[in-house]
Amino acid sequence: MNLALAKTETGRALSDAFALARDRLPGAGSVADARQQAFEAYEGAGLPHRRIEDWKYTDLRVLMREVLPLAAAPDAAALTRAGAALKLHAIEGVRRLVLVDGVFAPKLSETANLEKGLGIRTLREVLQAGDAALQAQLFAPDSSNPLVALNSAMMTDGIVIDVADGAVLTQPLHIVHIASGAQSAAMFTRSLLNLGRAASATLVESYIAADGAKAYQAHDSLILSIGDNARLDQVRLIEDGREAFNISSSVVTLGAAAYLNTFAITSGSYVSRYQAVIAFAGEGSRVETNGVNLLNGRQHADSTLVLDHAVPNCTSREIFRSVVDDRGHSVFQGRIIVRPDAQKTDAKMMTRALLLSDEAEADNKPELEIFADDVTCGHGATTGALDESLLFYLRARGLSEKEAQALLIQAFVGEAIESIANDALREIVISAAERWLEARG
Amino acid sequence: MALLEVKDLQVRVDDREILHGLSLTVNKGEVHAIMGPNGSGKSTLSHVIAGKPGYEVTGGEILFNGEDLLEMSPDERSAKGVFLAFQYPVEIPGVATMTFLRTALNAQRKARGESEFSTPDFLKKVRAVAASLNIPQDMLRRGVNVGFSGGEKKRNEILQMALFEPSLCILDEMDSGLDIDALRIAADGVNALRSPDRAMVVITHYQRLLNYIVPDFVHVMSRGRVVKSGDKELALELEASGYTQFEDAA
Repeated sequence: MNLALAKTETGRALSDAFALARDRLPGAGSVADARQQAFEAYEGAGLPHRRIEDWKYTDLRVLMREVLPLAAAPDAAALTRAGAALKLHAIEGVRRLVLVDGVFAPKLSETANLEKGLGIRTLREVLQAGDAALQAQLFAPDSSNPLVALNSAMMTDGIVIDVADGAVLTQPLHIVHIASGAQSAAMFTRSLLNLGRAASATLVESYIAADGAKAYQAHDSLILSIGDNARLDQVRLIEDGREAFNISSSVVTLGAAAYLNTFAITSGSYVSRYQAVIAFAGEGSRVETNGVNLLNGRQHADSTLVLDHAVPNCTSREIFRSVVDDRGHSVFQGRIIVRPDAQKTDAKMMTRALLLSDEAEADNKPELEIFADDVTCGHGATTGALDESLLFYLRARGLSEKEAQALLIQAFVGEAIESIANDALREIVISAAERWLEARG
Repeated sequence: MALLEVKDLQVRVDDREILHGLSLTVNKGEVHAIMGPNGSGKSTLSHVIAGKPGYEVTGGEILFNGEDLLEMSPDERSAKGVFLAFQYPVEIPGVATMTFLRTALNAQRKARGESEFSTPDFLKKVRAVAASLNIPQDMLRRGVNVGFSGGEKKRNEILQMALFEPSLCILDEMDSGLDIDALRIAADGVNALRSPDRAMVVITHYQRLLNYIVPDFVHVMSRGRVVKSGDKELALELEASGYTQFEDAA
């Protein structure tokens, strides 16, 4: 009874929000139709709840309750606050592409002097005046996932990147999502990277908030298409405000002999869900998708990954570590699908959780769906506390309790961080982990 | 003032009393050996002095340079100059030995209000000490004690002792698991650290170690007390007659 009521209330509020927002959303004609279909798909399902297996540990009807109204485009004051936040999280040597409250901010971004083979447009431009094929690609993600459908319906802006065949980008691209914090609102962004054959790029995504930001919702999705023989190194840094919601989806397709090394670190936001579907469409490709959750207070972070081995001779590796303090809750769901044709698949998944308090919680759910017979697949999961004998040894050598814990936590997450192949990206993640440890005191 | 004064110490673990009124006085420059059969409370004494959790002190006191040691956390004791060389040094995967040594040394110095070591000074110091103990450089790059042999782990303890320059060194069963060559290297390392400003408490089951680290005083423990004290001749006596007489006496 209560559940039905909750759904109705949530659904009605959102229908109103969509009706109000639709005139402000870019794109007409087929784009508007696609939005409408996506919205109906979302409306049919509503906010996912614990009785849906995929959302068992992340019941958005309890945690999020409602989708906030669409954020207004940032004014001068919002851009100033965002600029200040950006300075605190600046990364040296990258090409910065900034979205403030879900809208591209040209003055905070660097779009001049593009390297040869690199094309950058905004999602708004492409939805308003792009070619039909690109628009269709932007609506390709599967609306059976309600939050993906919602994002398709509401997407306002984002970065659409094209890297030409053979182009090897030396400068990393950095997409920064900033909540300016003036209003309690939702932003809906979608970005796309088409990486050509034998091309190579490095992508960083950050989610941050201006000082004193109110509760907000960041709904983001990323479509990655990695061509034959191409390589992408990627890190995601979820450092949202402590009252924020971050719902991010990635939809990744790899061609043949391609390589993806991707890493996500979540230390911010109140509730976050990162859902990625990575599909092998060509043989001989390799994916390393790893991550770390660093949680305290009442933070909830859910990483739900699907590795879809549809073709033979591909390799996937997942290493995931979570460190949970206070009443934090970390969720890892990893599904590996090996389809009937995908012989010689080599897929491994290892997840470990470290609980720093009696009330901390970590859920690990590995799922292997194997329909081919000549494969190597494995998974493992452990959950535990810091080893008392190691802590005493370090304290007997002069380290305070916090210092001893910090050293052991660094070692614990280090096993995952080591998997980042790109030196610059690894340093960025190590700094983010150190920021969390320092804030812990 | 004595460096270490243990007075009538009573300690319980899980409702079982392990030490029943143990007393021991150690002055600077002295080397004391504590001998006794298994289960006599030797390791408990070393753990309580270092501050290991899980022991309940129900009576008595421990003074270090006149200060109440039992009021201090393990890291405070370390900064004050107490060093326990562990019987079984732990392995810490993912923490490079060099990182560990620098973090520990600087934590102790910071607690004493001293400046942190600069990286070049630190490296120079570690390399010199490591060379004297026959510790290869690649061992310092590996995780703390990870994949080290028994002898290497013990040498790593002595390396730390040399680096941190404590005023009280407690060596808990340093000889366990070492062959005669490894024992000699470890003992040479310890002997090099003997100094008028430093005291050592050598805990051992066997007299053998005391051929290499010659003590000024020998104490025999049995059933949670010191039952006899003497000079190094007492260790030889024990070797000949065994511990049985003391178990009866206790």
